[in-house]
Amino acid sequence: MLTFTVRRLVLAVPTLLFISLVLFLLLELAPGDPMAQVPLTVPPEVKEKMREALGLGQPGYVRFWKWLVQFFWIEPQVLIDHYLGTSFSEGDLRVISWQTRSPVMDIVIQRIPQTLWVVGTAYVVGVLIALPIGIYSAYRQYSWFDQAGTFVSMIGFSVPPFFSGVLVIVIFSVNLGWFPSIYDTTHKVVDWDSFVIQLRQMIMPVMVLALQITAQISRFMRASMLDNLNQDYVRTARAKGLGEKTVVLVHVLRNSMIPVVTVIALGVPSIFGGAIITEQVFKVNGIGQLLIGAIQANDLPMVQTLTFIFAVLIVLFNLIADVLYGLLDPRIRYD
Amino acid sequence: MKIKSLLLGAIASSALATTAMAERGSDGTVNIIYWQAPSIMTPYLSGGTKDIEASSLVLEPLGRYDPEGNLVPFLAEEIPTVENGGVSADLTSITWKLKPGLKWSDGSPVTSADPVFTAEYCMHPEGGCAQLSKYDGVKSVEALDDLTVKVTFERPMPNPYGPFMGAQSPILQKAQFQNCLGAKAPECTDANFAPIGTGPFMVDEFRPNDVISLSANPNYRDPAKPAFAKVNFKGGGDATAAGRAVLETGEYDYAWNLQLAPEVIAQMAAAGKGTPVSAFGTLVERIEMNLTDPSPSLPDDVRATRKAPHPILSDLRVRKALSMAIDRELLTEIGYGQAGRPTCNLVPAPALYASPNTDCLTQDIEGAKALLEEAGWTVGADGVREKDGMKLKLLYQTSTNAVRQDFQALIKQWWSEIGVETELRNLSGSVFFGGDPGSPDTFQKFYADVEMYANNFDGTDPQAYLSMYRCGNEPKPSSQWQGENINRFCDPEYDKLLDELAQTGELAKRGEIAIRLNEMLTKDSYTIVPLVDRGRVSAHSNTLGGVRLNTWDSELWNAADWYRIK
Amino acid sequence: MTDKDRLVPDEGLAPASTVLPAAAGPLEEFTRPPRSQWREVWGQFKSHKGALYGGILFVLIIGWVYLGPLLWHLDPTLINIRARNQGPSLAHPFGTDQLGRDTFARMMAGGKTSVSVGITAMLLALGLGSLVGVLAGFFKRLDGLLMRMTDLFLALPLLPLLLVMMLLFREPLNAAFGPEQGIFILIVVSIGVTSWMPTARIVRGDVLAIKEREFVLAARSIGTRNSMMILRHILPNVLSPIMVSATLGIATAIITESSLSFLGLGFPPDFPTWGRLLFDATDYLQQYPERVIWPGLAISLTVLSVNYLGDGLRDALDPRIRGR
Repeated sequence: MLTFTVRRLVLAVPTLLFISLVLFLLLELAPGDPMAQVPLTVPPEVKEKMREALGLGQPGYVRFWKWLVQFFWIEPQVLIDHYLGTSFSEGDLRVISWQTRSPVMDIVIQRIPQTLWVVGTAYVVGVLIALPIGIYSAYRQYSWFDQAGTFVSMIGFSVPPFFSGVLVIVIFSVNLGWFPSIYDTTHKVVDWDSFVIQLRQMIMPVMVLALQITAQISRFMRASMLDNLNQDYVRTARAKGLGEKTVVLVHVLRNSMIPVVTVIALGVPSIFGGAIITEQVFKVNGIGQLLIGAIQANDLPMVQTLTFIFAVLIVLFNLIADVLYGLLDPRIRYD
Repeated sequence: MKIKSLLLGAIASSALATTAMAERGSDGTVNIIYWQAPSIMTPYLSGGTKDIEASSLVLEPLGRYDPEGNLVPFLAEEIPTVENGGVSADLTSITWKLKPGLKWSDGSPVTSADPVFTAEYCMHPEGGCAQLSKYDGVKSVEALDDLTVKVTFERPMPNPYGPFMGAQSPILQKAQFQNCLGAKAPECTDANFAPIGTGPFMVDEFRPNDVISLSANPNYRDPAKPAFAKVNFKGGGDATAAGRAVLETGEYDYAWNLQLAPEVIAQMAAAGKGTPVSAFGTLVERIEMNLTDPSPSLPDDVRATRKAPHPILSDLRVRKALSMAIDRELLTEIGYGQAGRPTCNLVPAPALYASPNTDCLTQDIEGAKALLEEAGWTVGADGVREKDGMKLKLLYQTSTNAVRQDFQALIKQWWSEIGVETELRNLSGSVFFGGDPGSPDTFQKFYADVEMYANNFDGTDPQAYLSMYRCGNEPKPSSQWQGENINRFCDPEYDKLLDELAQTGELAKRGEIAIRLNEMLTKDSYTIVPLVDRGRVSAHSNTLGGVRLNTWDSELWNAADWYRIK
Repeated sequence: MTDKDRLVPDEGLAPASTVLPAAAGPLEEFTRPPRSQWREVWGQFKSHKGALYGGILFVLIIGWVYLGPLLWHLDPTLINIRARNQGPSLAHPFGTDQLGRDTFARMMAGGKTSVSVGITAMLLALGLGSLVGVLAGFFKRLDGLLMRMTDLFLALPLLPLLLVMMLLFREPLNAAFGPEQGIFILIVVSIGVTSWMPTARIVRGDVLAIKEREFVLAARSIGTRNSMMILRHILPNVLSPIMVSATLGIATAIITESSLSFLGLGFPPDFPTWGRLLFDATDYLQQYPERVIWPGLAISLTVLSVNYLGDGLRDALDPRIRGR
């Protein structure tokens, strides 16, 4: 397993380089212009000058190489400088966003707290609710609980966040006035009171997001449990006189986790990808909002960097999922 | 030279801004929400309205336009005119005098070196300055003394108020930006995010595309202002949410540009927490007719260029019939409510330049049918008109936007009543308004028969705006599809009048020529079919006083005068 | 019964006709004539109440959106500006929208598009995902390559990808199939190729575990070829995650389509879809709540019916559950 992990990690480097190239080519090919949001009152010659100032006049491969150098060579130096107080990166040009003319990584770091607070919490909450629901639904298949769970999760999954988000805002902010409809990203949690404020502003976006996550994961959990509950080894375990709890929560659960682990691992990178629509509806302005804004403004360095970070996380978490398979089911071998 | 008539009012109105005199910072925090989040705090590196307006809280020009479109001095003592000797008689130079004793928010004095530097900054060939057109024709900018700046132009400028006037060209502090010239401009992140200004507020923290925290400028020239100690400037979301936060929940005090259906705004306002305000500028939603053939069967260097005239729309009668079939009153009522009024003009304001033409306002389906018959288009078997075996079928494109899609549906129906079949297409704004020459879907390339969008002009002078329709200025392959003459309109008469306009300084005469030019594009040729004169709707909470909505300058132009109604 | 089970351990479809229906009891089994496997499956499916109702509901929805317009003659794009923003009435059972178009007719027209997009895109994603997942899980040599490809697709941002696809394929498809068919193909394919990856990962994970089971070894020892092995032994055992992906996939496809429309990448604006109706109505949530309820309900009911259908189908195809 260790050699497998190491081999995969080494292999990840060319994979990621290839992915970054594909991303770059895709963005290059996509129609769009960073000047699209500049008002029509600005004449075309001026826009042309602005494009040149962004470096758009250079050929594609030069820009790709520049991005590679900036991202893999200069940005790590900046990080080292930041922690050790050294000055390796002085005078070097970092990855600069076209919209804000500031280093992309600074903005990303600025956005991570709110994304983790909201999307991360929603994910944890969603998973924690989904697992017991899925397990119990399968254990008592077609019971009242199972039917209700199915119904709620399916409705929850079919109602898109652009609607459910607005609905909870209208109910809880406009009519009841319980929670703020706009998330304050500058709010800092220092004591109990400020934590309560943070909780109040988080509760609606977390609710909306967790509903989707719960719906999805509980369905997979239930289906997988159902597959395993009728297997011979379950009967054997029961015949051996093991308690029902042990049978279900140890033997069946462990064998049912493989698809669920996959789904959860696939979901973790998307925490960092943010929840584009939910962030927009509640003005959370996390990474998701950053990405969609950058795409709409054709801010290529920003989109390239964000999607690449996203790719790194995907590769990493898929590897973690693969390792977990081996731990859950020792028969799975990669070597 | 009667620029005076326009300017006298300006000076008078600046004195009018009176508020309940409070002391600086006594009214706490004002919360502003823009559903498009600002990404930078200087108008020179981004032409976006959101960025220009956010930075207007901090950076100020020498003079601004007021809500009536008059010029008002801000950092200048007065607005230079020919009468007061500030503008030379031959219109080739303008001399501005700064108010004495002005200070930047860091306490250092404002001198004439700052405007001189600002011009140098924007006119630097490698800077990619977004407001370069404001400095069009500038030969030199020099400091005559500590408080006097003289701008000399290469040619007579009937409208010399390009540099240092309006939200688009405020003054930067030389000390802060002097190492940020040219290619270095984007690297000065700190300066671009937190410029030192003379405005009522200064930046505490700038989070790009998210929140700006500002606090009152301790060195602001009026010791009693601003009334607010802090500004919380939030960006992001959508217009509905912004409107809701001000009008329904009362969390925010000011929401910008509520592009919403009239009944949605009315419903929100019924909650009683805030008030929508509207004002009109020069923004006109229009249908542009393609005078060239966009057919995909043509080779790339011929398609949608003047080499191939449009097979259907080259006929004036067809264009006129299409315009006659439209009910502009109804479009306005459905799409914009109090924020719109039907118009037949490309230049709807200021009054001096607006044509009195109202011919198009009554819908005339029968007249349109008769006109098409006259042009030889007869109704075919399926109700669609035909001529010489060709069907009267049009592709109608616009950007993606709920109101525009409603307009498309309505207009499609009216056109089908007169026997015109319409295919609709909507395109993402980031592609449609982008100038990517590789994309077939840009409004410049115009690979469609008609298209709809809105445009306006900065300031109050339409000369540059009308010059867009000069022959040769059309997007074409040789210009990488850049160009502003979207319709590929070409009329030597028009070009001759344009030249005349450029040499005329007398206001009344300028107005006459501009009206003539406007009519040549609209009611004479139906090249451009204006639909709605679009106003701006914003909303402020009932506890926010001093708001005067301004469409000629930044909406936040008088934020110094805002106060809390107690 | 235990004997039987030991003989054919953990098999999926293969032994279905030979296995005793557990609840039927030995006597009945011998007195009844042998039945084919598919009749057995149908019998189980019928007795699954949820599946039956789900199936009926699904057929009703399909019938409504496809046959409804034959009975209800109002044109979904006809604007009657005098009758705008009306509540439900006899002339307009679901009311009218802000331009006076009949919501009932628009719901049917929108349903036709949404259901077709939802099901086709889901099938495409499912087909692709299962194929990649099974191949990667089963053949060790393909695993690395296919999974890295999956990583790549997971990393691609949807929006620029769609823009590129529009740029490259819209005009040729328009020319070949006409504007509506062309855009339909484009949307279905783009949703399909951007949503198969989770299915592939999930299926692969299950296949990795299943192929180490004893029955696979047994099957291999009697010389079962790979293709047979996959079709008869592996696939039936990964059916349940596939079914879940299918139900979730339909909802995702319908909603993704709506987000494409409001980004200007979807169907032409005069072409209603459920997702678009829902999106357009969200602004009017407080004034005309019924306008959001219709499309919201329609999407939910479709997804719910497919879910129960899938549940029943899965149970019916699983011989261990059958007859329980």
